[in-house]
Parts: sequence; structure tokens; C-alpha cells
Amino acid sequence: MNHSISLTVNGARRDFVLDDPRVTLLDLLRERFHLTGTKKGCDRGQCGACTVLVDGKRINSCLALAISHDGADILTIEGVARGDQLHPVQAAFIAHDGFQCGFCTPGQIMSAIGMMQEAQAGNDPERIRECMSGNLCRCGAYAGIVDAVLEAQAGADETNQRRSA
Amino acid sequence: MKQFDYVRPATVAEAVAAAAQPGAVYLAAGTNLLDLMKGGVSRPDRLVDVTHLEGLDQIEHLADGSLRIGALVSNADLAHDAKFAKSYPAVAEALLSGASAQLRNAATVGGNLLQRTRCAYFYDTASSCNKREAGSGCDARDGENRTHAVLGWSESCIATNPSDFCVPLVALDAIVEIEGRNGRREIALDALHRLPGDTPERDSALEPGDLIVAVRLPAAARGFAAHARYLKVRERTSYAFAVVSAAAALQIENGKITEARLALGGVAAKPWRARAAEDVLKGVAPTADAFQEAAWRALSDAKPSGDNAFKIELARRIVVRALTLAAAGTPVRLPALPASPFASISGAIHV
Repeated sequence: MNHSISLTVNGARRDFVLDDPRVTLLDLLRERFHLTGTKKGCDRGQCGACTVLVDGKRINSCLALAISHDGADILTIEGVARGDQLHPVQAAFIAHDGFQCGFCTPGQIMSAIGMMQEAQAGNDPERIRECMSGNLCRCGAYAGIVDAVLEAQAGADETNQRRSA
Repeated sequence: MKQFDYVRPATVAEAVAAAAQPGAVYLAAGTNLLDLMKGGVSRPDRLVDVTHLEGLDQIEHLADGSLRIGALVSNADLAHDAKFAKSYPAVAEALLSGASAQLRNAATVGGNLLQRTRCAYFYDTASSCNKREAGSGCDARDGENRTHAVLGWSESCIATNPSDFCVPLVALDAIVEIEGRNGRREIALDALHRLPGDTPERDSALEPGDLIVAVRLPAAARGFAAHARYLKVRERTSYAFAVVSAAAALQIENGKITEARLALGGVAAKPWRARAAEDVLKGVAPTADAFQEAAWRALSDAKPSGDNAFKIELARRIVVRALTLAAAGTPVRLPALPASPFASISGAIHV
């Protein structure tokens, strides 16, 4: 049975037909839309490499059925930069060496962007580590990742202060 | 993953009718179900997607002082609701100690209640498991079973319920609202999950088609807000299921405990309410001796189901420590590591 689905992916509307309800959001992004920045690590919700924002919230796209997210607004790593201008979290990951092999990096960055919007961790490294615990890094780049998030958070705080001043 | 039919009902009544058919299961976020389906542990013929149903995502503070949480409220939205967290801090702490931020954003209240055990033999389709396949045997009995049940288990099944959320909920007398083929009914959360006996294939008291639509906390549950904690020992600091956990909630007046609530997680096939321990705390001062006595009462029926005798002593110590933390008072802000024995906030005695 075919199912007509509509999604917004990185700001662009996508209407398509799913001929198999088993397709996960992750496989849809990678195999159908060729947005391969979102990685398939464990495919079981344990590693966080597949993290994307759905309606502004970070989730594991490997444990989400595409068909169930009809109408959702999806943001992937491909959609966070503005042209050649990196997202502040991307820039901070480069500045602080927040990766080694890079496989977990798109998920780490999407998770960090989602976490900053949740506004639960602030600039407390211990809270950042806890709030990022759903993203594993087999290279062990955690120290750089936390530093990158701290810098991005500091930048966001500064922007907010300027706006409210 | 086995092929299945996908159904998206427009109303709760349509959902119940669709899910009452043999082989049908409900799909909410799917954070547990899809994992089980990928592993071939669950093989449903039909998924009834309830995520588009209207009206099941509200947190309502009712006139009688009770709270009604819609089944589709996400774990994260509930835990981060400021009014909720202030009134039921141990529940918020339990929610935030579970899974990861990504999973909490997706996972629902109803789904949390109905998550399946994390027993490795249940997950491994090459193993015998009476819960997955009735009558096939239990490889956990002679297997790697150090994290398995120490209370309420049977020769058929020694699996535990993995939910953190349910532990403080059962301590606070939560009620589950269910829509079924014969209309609406409600049961105590304590009566939702079943002990295995010789039918471990049935996790809960739900019948085919039954849909959890809400969870309610009675007015009395708010009375513990000043002295309520959840404490959870894990094999790693974060993003892990409980080896043992405890929810402790007290009311203290003039140096005496007037009401006590205690429940344990990770020890049985259901969140384990420890009423005998509550009884000995009522009317006494919140002292280390009283908490030790309560801990002994809470575990008096415990017995190892394998290489897990340590969990009984661990559970006693977690009970003492959770009660001690609760007596010290709910912190203004949750520690950076919710429910962790390694949380940097002071007030814990090291046992």
C-alpha cells in the first residue's frame, strides 16, 4: 500500500509516496533524499549519530518511522549553515577539535544545537556532558566537544544579551 | 523487520477498534517498539499509530488538586514543565535520569509505562525466553543474570521492568486511564504491571485494544514536594538502565515523619512499592536507624535469582540513601546528574 507523505526538510517542502511503512526517518533522509550527513551508527537508538531536529527537537532518526512523521519539519546537518557561513556550533567544533574521525560529528552538532535550544545545561560543563550523553564518540573527542559547546553557548549568550540591551 | 500494515486512526474509538485485532500493536514514538521490531523480538502484523490523535498531549491541573498527564506528552516536556517539576520533583528527576535527551524528546508517557524488559535473553531471538515465546524456557536462569530480579520473580521469568518514571509514580499512587472495547476505565499503576508467575508473556493487565490515554496523580501526591528524591545506580554515569533505583517521598512535621512513600526500580517485573517499609517510617523521626529498619523491611522478601545477591544489599543501601536525601529536602535545582549517586550536590551520606 502506498502512503502519500509531506515533510519539510531543511526548509524545503518534500511531497513523496512511501511504498513501505518500514522506512525510518534516517533511511528516508539518506537513501531517498541523499542527505547522507546524518549517519547510521548503531541503528538502534544507542549512539546518537543519526540525531536530527524534528519540529525543533533533537531525536534519534533511526527509531522514528518516516510515515508517522507526516507533516513534520526536519532539520539535518546539511541545513544548519547559511551558504558558506558555518553555524556557530560547526565553527566551534573546528576551533576546538571536537572530532577525530568525524563519523559522530553531524549527530554531535545537531544534538548540541538541540540542547542549546532546550536551555537546560547553560554553560555548566557537567550539565553539558549529561545533556550530550546520548551521543557517543568512539574516538573519545569528548573534551573538545564540551569545549566547543561551551564556546557556542557563550556566543549565543552574548548575542542574546546584545539583543535584549 | 517483518512487513506490517500501517493504520492512522482519527479518533480514540477508531484506534481501539483497529488495535483490538489479533497481531495489532499501538505505535507512539516507537523508541522501544522499533528497536524490538528491528531485532525480530516484536513481529506485529499491524501498527496503529496514535501519535496524530488529538487531545492526548495535555498536562492538566484539575480542580480537585490532582494532575492529569496525557499519554502522548513526551518524557522531556513533562520533566521540564516547571510547575510539574516543582510539585512532583522525584518524578521529574526519574524522567531525567532515564535514556538520553534525544529519546526523552520522543518517548511518550504511555510508551514509558509499557516499555518491555531489557533482559538480554528476551532481546536475543536465538535464546529461550518465556516472555517472548510462551513455554520456550528461560535462558536467563542459568545465564548472565547479575542484573535480574530479586523480588517477585518466578522459575519462568526473572526479568525486570526498566522504567524509571514508574518508580516514583507508583510510590505516589498514580492512576492509569484506559480506553478499551468496553469504554473508559481506570486502574492503579500498581495493578498495571504483572508479576511473571507462570505467564510471563503477559507484561500487563491490559486487554487487546486497550489504550492508555492518561496518567493521573492524586491530590495527595503534591504533599511530598518538599522531601522527594529518586536515586539510581547504573553501570555507567549516564544513559543507562537502573541496576537498582529507589523513589523516596516523605512528609515531615515537627521532626516526625507523618507520611512516607517508597518504591524500588530494577528489582522486579514491576515498579516495586514497599508498603511495609512505609509503615515503619510513619510517626518516627527521620533518623539513620529508622531508614535502616525501613530498608530491611523493603527487602525482607528478596532472594537472588542468580548471580545477583549483591542487588539485595545494594537496594538496602539505595533505600537508606534515597530516604536520607529526601529527608534533607528536595534541592531547589536538580543536580547536574539527575538521580546519580555521583551527583555533586551535597547532602548525601556515603553508605
